[in-house]
Amino acid sequence: MSTVRRGVEVSIAMADAVAQADVDVIAAYPITPQTHIVEHLADIVAEGELDAEFVPVESEHSAMSVCCGSSAVGARTFTSTSSQGLALMSEIFFIAAAMRFPIVMALANRSLSSPLSIWNDHTDVMMVRDAGWIHIFVENGQEAYDSIFYAFRIAEDPQVMLPVAINLDGFILTHMVEPVVYEDNDLIKKYIPEFKMKNTLHPDHPVSMGCFAMPEIYTETQMSREAGVVNSYPVILKAWEEWGGLTGRHYKPVETHRVEDAEYCIVTMGSFGETAMEVADQLREEGEKIGVVKIRLWRPFPFEELRKAVLGKKYLIVIDRAISFGGPGGPLALEIRSALYNKKGAPSIVNYVAGLAGRDVSRKDFRDIILEGKKKAASDDTDGFILYGLRG
Amino acid sequence: MAKPIDQINWHELEIGSVVTETGNAVQYETGSWRSDKPVVNMRQCIKCGVCWLFCPDMCIVRAEEGHFTANLAYCKGCGICAKECPVGCITMINEEA
Amino acid sequence: MDKYSVFSARLIEQTEYLTSGHRACQGCAEVLAVRLVLKALGRDTIVAMSTGCMEIISSPLPLTSWKLPWIHNAFENSAAVISGCESGMKAMMRKGKLPAKKINFTAMGGDGATADIGMGALSGALERGHDMVYVCYDNEAYMNTGIQRSSSTPYGASTTTSPAGKASMGQHTQKKNMTQVAVAHNIPYVATACPSFPFDLIDKVKRAAEMPGPAYVHIMSVCPTGWRIPPEDAIRYGRLAVDSCMFPLYEVVNGKYRLTYRPNPIIPIRDYLSGQGRYRHLTEPDIEKINDMVGREYQRIVKMSDEV
Ligand SMILES: Cc1ncc(C[n+]2csc(CCOP(=O)(O)OP(=O)(O)O)c2C)c(N)n1
Ligand code: SF4
Ligand code: SF4
Ligand code: SF4
Ligand SMILES: [Mg+2]
Repeated sequence: MSTVRRGVEVSIAMADAVAQADVDVIAAYPITPQTHIVEHLADIVAEGELDAEFVPVESEHSAMSVCCGSSAVGARTFTSTSSQGLALMSEIFFIAAAMRFPIVMALANRSLSSPLSIWNDHTDVMMVRDAGWIHIFVENGQEAYDSIFYAFRIAEDPQVMLPVAINLDGFILTHMVEPVVYEDNDLIKKYIPEFKMKNTLHPDHPVSMGCFAMPEIYTETQMSREAGVVNSYPVILKAWEEWGGLTGRHYKPVETHRVEDAEYCIVTMGSFGETAMEVADQLREEGEKIGVVKIRLWRPFPFEELRKAVLGKKYLIVIDRAISFGGPGGPLALEIRSALYNKKGAPSIVNYVAGLAGRDVSRKDFRDIILEGKKKAASDDTDGFILYGLRG
Repeated sequence: MAKPIDQINWHELEIGSVVTETGNAVQYETGSWRSDKPVVNMRQCIKCGVCWLFCPDMCIVRAEEGHFTANLAYCKGCGICAKECPVGCITMINEEA
Repeated sequence: MDKYSVFSARLIEQTEYLTSGHRACQGCAEVLAVRLVLKALGRDTIVAMSTGCMEIISSPLPLTSWKLPWIHNAFENSAAVISGCESGMKAMMRKGKLPAKKINFTAMGGDGATADIGMGALSGALERGHDMVYVCYDNEAYMNTGIQRSSSTPYGASTTTSPAGKASMGQHTQKKNMTQVAVAHNIPYVATACPSFPFDLIDKVKRAAEMPGPAYVHIMSVCPTGWRIPPEDAIRYGRLAVDSCMFPLYEVVNGKYRLTYRPNPIIPIRDYLSGQGRYRHLTEPDIEKINDMVGREYQRIVKMSDEV
């Protein structure tokens, strides 16, 4: 097989990528909008096209537990979830990172109950922001497909050994049919060779994993985790650089669009990026000096790249897709504010929370947000956040 | 031999805080927990090994002559061996005495 | 003691897979059970253990009492973790990434981990048919957190969350019959055991490991601290539990019941209850009631075992 271009549902493309990555174990539990990914993987395994154990667990809590077990014996492991599933597994989600298991997960972002809603926003991922996983956001089908390969490459790097969550917007992305270029299996094999973990559970070289820690040593275990996440940064850059060399598709922690000469920027994360670019292009034609900044890498947070992109701009309009109730604003704005605080040339920041649980944010809405945001920033009206489109 | 817990630097930990030196808990001697120690009357001992079998601290060892005695570095003085010995040849004696 | 053991203790596997230096209380028969289970399983074993006494006492970083590959992940998920270990190794051996080898995939948890919080994960693992052994160490309460009641705490026992008082006789619910819950999964092997009967225990764990597919072993594990008995009596109380029929020793092989030990004579339930601090408050009618409950369950198992 050589490179082919297919029109395919993004979930299917991701599942196909997981099969090409030759995973050993898939733990699966149904939840919308992630389900198509694992359903398609079940098919692939049932057809004998992938030699893997497909473990249809009884809960997401067990899905992540199975992933920990299979990763602990050195097996390449994949799972996928959304929303309530993530909430249920969150206990083990934290443990997976602490125990440094290189699991890859597709996280089809969805709102959290209550009220129950199956539609997209980022409340689920923000709940586990501090779990110690690497978090990457993808924007389209091709990025989703590619992400599986570099995610394993990064996760399994001996310097990193961390789980990676690929965040993709539920429905908006998971259920979209898009053209996706599939890479050749030989290329994939070269890019992510069979992986050998240093410490695995095996009777020939017994080890103890998950020991209990007294206060005298807990701090040291946490610093070891922090170092792991921070040190993954150059590895991520290298993985992307190599992927770019092989496929011509290049990724950066912070993606920018018409930022160089921009006076102000809109900042997004996830699939809003594409609409933001279209609207920015339109506004440019009308004379607005606007640029778009898209955060691809959420953890480890790309402080330097962000600063490089936005210091010296007048205003930033940050769009969040989650609320931190009673807090200082959406999680993305919060991060950006603290990254820029006290830096010379820091722009003033206006924060919008929009598109909660799949509420449509049209091009017109984007336009309104940008123009209104600019006005607010210019008049120093930058406290808190604006819940865009709220009635009453 | 693992370093004392309060002397380990963070970068000395294995990734994931895995412990690769198996069974190194033998560094921690539990004998200090004890107030009574088991003493075997070797003449009565029938060398059956029941004391060894039931010791929850794996601290009864078989001497060359076939007798079983407690390794006092670990023996917590629970008294199970004395209670279970079929011939009653183990006596618990107060450490202070 | 089984009379046999006086003469054969020395036949038992000498290697210790759990080392001294663990921090279990004096006379802990739960850690003795772990020790014996590991002797039965032998070297080619991987253990996934739930949070609880046995995990805490055996793994204070940077030390470990384990000489076998061991993983602790969380309280309620050792059955799911071992499912993952088994699935991962199975796939890697099939794909030639690891040399083929028979490994005893073993999950272990306390009664709280098993009968309460981890019931779903265990049921899932048993139903999916992983080649694994699940061992429940039943000390009849959440001991690690300070003797709180679990669904496996017997009727009448006083714990810190089912305390006996003027208006309460302690635990007022019946002990959940976890062994029967396992049997209901129609798995190849289910057994009960007690370290006071070490040969029986070792036989059963060996059989559980040899049988392909899931197996469940429920081990009565005397906890002197939580039961408020002198530590030297730990083995004796295990024996009393069995000889009073409070805890019958049996196995269910492919659905067929077999009592592996028939107490003769059956000792009065009072001999088991008296002397334990957790039952000190019980009245005669309470004891009568327990006697009836225990007798009924024992007769049921006798009947099942006698059916050919
Ligand atoms: C999700 C979760 N809830 C509660 C706890 C607290 N906890 C740790 S061990 C334990 C009790 C363990 O009881 P059991 O399983 O019977 O084992 P034992 O200590 O009695 O051997 C509890 C409640 C926890 N660690 N995780
Ligand atoms: S149990 Fe008693 S008789 Fe048997 S070996 Fe031990 S000390 Fe000797
Ligand atoms: S007193 Fe207890 S710990 Fe000491 S040797 Fe006897 S059984 Fe073992
Ligand atoms: S509390 Fe009970 S089960 Fe826990 S270590 Fe102590 S004696 Fe053993
Ligand atoms: Mg318990």
